[in-house]
Amino acid sequence: MTARGRKFMLFVPAAAIFLLLAAPLAAERLVMSVSTHRVLITSNFTGTEVVVFGSIEDEDGVPPRASYDVAITVRGPAQTYIARRKARVLGIWVNAESRQFIDVPSYLAVMTSRPPAELGPPDFLRRNKIGIVNQTFQQRIGGDFGDVVPQDPFRVAFLRVRMNEGLFYESPAGVTFLTPRLFRATVPIPGIAPTGTYQVEALLLSGGEVIARETTAIEVLKTGFEELLASAAREYGLLYGLATALLALGTGIAANFMFRRD
Amino acid sequence: MSIYLPIAELPVNLLLILGLGVAVGFISGMFGIGGGFLMTPLLILVGIPPAVAVANVPTHMAASSMSGALTYWRRKLVDFGLGLVLLSGGLLGTAIGVWVFSILLRLGQLDLVVGLSYVILLGIVGGIMLTESVRAIVRAHQGESPVVRRPGTHAWFHGLPLKLRFRQSRIYVSAIPITVIGFLIGFFGAIMGIGGGFLLIPALIYLMRVPTTVSVGTSLFLTLCTMIIAIVLHAAENGTVDVVLAIALMIGGVIGAQFGARAGQAIRAERLRLLLGLLVIAVAVRFAVNLVVPPEEMFTILSADHLQ
Repeated sequence: MTARGRKFMLFVPAAAIFLLLAAPLAAERLVMSVSTHRVLITSNFTGTEVVVFGSIEDEDGVPPRASYDVAITVRGPAQTYIARRKARVLGIWVNAESRQFIDVPSYLAVMTSRPPAELGPPDFLRRNKIGIVNQTFQQRIGGDFGDVVPQDPFRVAFLRVRMNEGLFYESPAGVTFLTPRLFRATVPIPGIAPTGTYQVEALLLSGGEVIARETTAIEVLKTGFEELLASAAREYGLLYGLATALLALGTGIAANFMFRRD
Repeated sequence: MSIYLPIAELPVNLLLILGLGVAVGFISGMFGIGGGFLMTPLLILVGIPPAVAVANVPTHMAASSMSGALTYWRRKLVDFGLGLVLLSGGLLGTAIGVWVFSILLRLGQLDLVVGLSYVILLGIVGGIMLTESVRAIVRAHQGESPVVRRPGTHAWFHGLPLKLRFRQSRIYVSAIPITVIGFLIGFFGAIMGIGGGFLLIPALIYLMRVPTTVSVGTSLFLTLCTMIIAIVLHAAENGTVDVVLAIALMIGGVIGAQFGARAGQAIRAERLRLLLGLLVIAVAVRFAVNLVVPPEEMFTILSADHLQ
């Protein structure tokens, strides 16, 4: 047998396996859109909502399934955080232990059509990152990098604090079906949301497996006056500082003359 | 009524910030102090991140001390010579303070050191003010004349070299203790986010025997200089000065200060010192409680971007 023939012999079963695996993926298609791709921060910005719409499209000749579930995950730009735990030393509370969370989403929202626990077994949810707890939160532990067990007190605290700040959000009934094939979800963007690109990922689930996947993105950015000031402060820090100092002096002088009595 | 802070990247209630400016401005006008020791903790209390609060309080203090210094300058109550010697120590103190600030921030012990500094410094200064003013009030009540300044008194530092004559302050004293005072004010000012007027004025009056009015005028001048430097340093190094927040604080501050100054003139000096003493002690107690009472949330999360 020639070298080419051997390759072909390997290719055939590989292709067959691939087709078998890919078959359920080809069954349905997800079509998704968001109410806006650009969240503009203006001077009166206190947060907003972005609506995600989607529809489940059939491929020809595939029999429709009994029911579908959808899980939508929105991930803000990655950032590194330090978590510290307080301990009592000589009667006062001081920061003792600390951990670093490397490149984790600065914003996270998970909306599902049913509570994640009903969508599949724990390892399935973890593998497909369905639910806040099942996202990856990489830590630096000594010289190693890796995620830890979900019960780890630092990991639990990190999720709790971010949720209390409104930067992590989970809604177990956040995806609602308008018709059996049409769904929507509301993504809350808080006022303190970091600027940058937010990745939106939707998973179509049925019978305990992921049958389709679709992604899109939202941009959170400052505009006009806000962007002008922010870029001036970033790029011309010294001039910006001098201008602010002059403004303070001017305000003081103006106030003094306005209220002068002697 | 909300307004978005473009540098701090968060929305705040504009009326709340203006209100804080007016309230702290009123107190600073009344007592002739910058009010940083109130403004910084109050901003943190309403949810402004500490790094942003410390960087923006100087704008408020620069505006109100400019306004105050002008009034004292017109009455020839600013000793520029004394102010410049204080400033020379203050600059070094500020530079070292900013450096220590960033080290403490990285180690995660900034809150602890700031808390302890507030408790100890404010506790001592407030305690001295309180006992001194209570004594003065009791004396006034009993109809005794207040203790007059004894020109002949010599402290140990009067023997130091590098003696300078400060005409406006009517003192002839070595530059060394003045530079040291300036250094300490600059150092703690940078760490605690304060101007240090409430530390400097008593030091000038009680240690250096500078007349009270000249002490206040010179302290305003020093605060003005250090705050201008702080604004430029914070903007150039950390990019944390938010001009929108600054304007809200300044406008509230200068308006409040005018009413405070009028209220202050209507109250007798020792009563004023008693009130200030109580206020300073109250802030110290608030920080002490924070350090001792078990916190509701044992964990704090900080973005590592602020640590670079």
